[in-house]
Amino acid sequence: MTFEAFLFYFFSVVLVGSAVAVITVRNPVHSALFLVLAFVATAAHWIMLEAEFLGILLVLVYVGAVMVLFLFVVMMLDINMSRIRQGFMKLLPVGLVVAVGMMAVMAMVVGAKVFQVEPPAPAGADYSNTEALGQLLYTEYVYPFEIAAVILLVAIIAAIVLTLRRRPDSRYMDPARQIRIRREDRVRMVKMESEKK
Amino acid sequence: MQQAMIQFWEGLPLIVQINLKIMAILTPLMLAVAYTTFAERKIIGYIQVRVGPNRVGPRGWLQPIADALKLLTKEVVIPTNANRYLFLIAPVLSIAPALAAWAVVPFDNGMVLADINAGLLFLLALTSMGVYGIIIAGWASNSRYALLGSMRSAAQIISYEIAMGFALVGVIMAAGSLNVGEIVMAQQGSVYHWFLLPLFPLFLVYFISGVAETNRAPFDVAEGESEIVAGFHVEYSGMAFAVFFLAEYANMILISALTALLFLGGWLSPFEGILPDSVFAIPVLGWLLNSGIHWFLMKTAFFLFCFLWFRATFPRYRYDHIMRLGWKVLIPVTIVWLFVAGAAVAIGIGPWFA
Repeated sequence: MTFEAFLFYFFSVVLVGSAVAVITVRNPVHSALFLVLAFVATAAHWIMLEAEFLGILLVLVYVGAVMVLFLFVVMMLDINMSRIRQGFMKLLPVGLVVAVGMMAVMAMVVGAKVFQVEPPAPAGADYSNTEALGQLLYTEYVYPFEIAAVILLVAIIAAIVLTLRRRPDSRYMDPARQIRIRREDRVRMVKMESEKK
Repeated sequence: MQQAMIQFWEGLPLIVQINLKIMAILTPLMLAVAYTTFAERKIIGYIQVRVGPNRVGPRGWLQPIADALKLLTKEVVIPTNANRYLFLIAPVLSIAPALAAWAVVPFDNGMVLADINAGLLFLLALTSMGVYGIIIAGWASNSRYALLGSMRSAAQIISYEIAMGFALVGVIMAAGSLNVGEIVMAQQGSVYHWFLLPLFPLFLVYFISGVAETNRAPFDVAEGESEIVAGFHVEYSGMAFAVFFLAEYANMILISALTALLFLGGWLSPFEGILPDSVFAIPVLGWLLNSGIHWFLMKTAFFLFCFLWFRATFPRYRYDHIMRLGWKVLIPVTIVWLFVAGAAVAIGIGPWFA
């Protein structure tokens, strides 16, 4: 077994194991952390495919930002797991049927027959996946790329506007106004003689 | 002799070579971390007209070693109902990214452990992973002070990461590369060619965000003693606490080194292109004045000193002021300057954007 094959199987075991753990562990925080581990293992797979840009971006965006916020929410929530687990046995047969069906469909679409792909020839030392991706994104796919960017911008603004609410009852101090305060507004220096007894 | 040594080195298996290189980076780094804590106490001491630690060893020079021995021999207390595994893995998660990031830091021309193309992205990804140690530590300690501290610190780190990333985009635009070594080489020429000049606002944003990222004063609300005791590591003792401490200082050194590399030309000498070549030919003086690792270390040390200087100078920011500074001041500044840099690239303003 070559070193690459060893790495592939190692990260595959980590990926599958952590993905299973995400849905089986009892504690929701552990579950979120296993999802992080699954992302990291996926990133390792991508880097082994010489797609280092995607791999690093997965860690940067999903592990570094999205999952942190996720973890935030999960830690703050008080989830009653026993209520969620109620009726598990009753729904199990239906769930099994759906799972087997999904597995069958996926096996047909991405089965071993379709996926008999030779590993790509390793690119030269001067090949940069990041640069190749940038060239494609900003030349050939520039319009789809820009449209996606605009859609994302609209989504950001919409999310901010939807959650923005003025609360007149909150005692909020405007930091900008506080910073502009000068000494003369607050303090009056008085010069006076010390009093005689 | 030299020939024999090179032959011996090349005879070693690759994995041994890599491990030796990692040791060569981490051993001085750990020493630097230990002596940064000493420097901090001494420098802040002198700023406050005190002497600082001066009892252990000559003039206090053995103080960090005494501290390390003390922390090593103390008991690691695990609080009741704390989540044992997460509680113990949190310090590791906070120090590992801080050390792994050094893999792509070039100390001199070609003197780098992993010369990868997406080096800057790698750095961004690793620094963004450091927040997990803090969040997990706060949650696993089963203490509300720790949880509050970790929430504050995590919110602060995510907010400032955006400004930091934008500042780096400006550097990438000017250098035309994501490879840290190539970014430094793009600043070659003279002091005038360093990115400090054309990207000055981004430099300020980057360093301020760096101070905020490492949770250092004046942005250290995460461990605001008067409000939430010590923040996320309040339940930690002994070596577990020491690892958090090491991570904080390793991060400080990393941010200083990156500022030096990205904006001040890393190992490039400030006298390059100013002094005639004949000066660089003088035996010892020429080596000192020429580009080399010593310039990189000096620039890093200067920014490290700034960290300590800030701590002794500025009062702590209030939490909402920190958020305001990050979102409403630093991010708009970077966006405006990215437009300026973009225009400069389009026009080709020399020597930086040509």
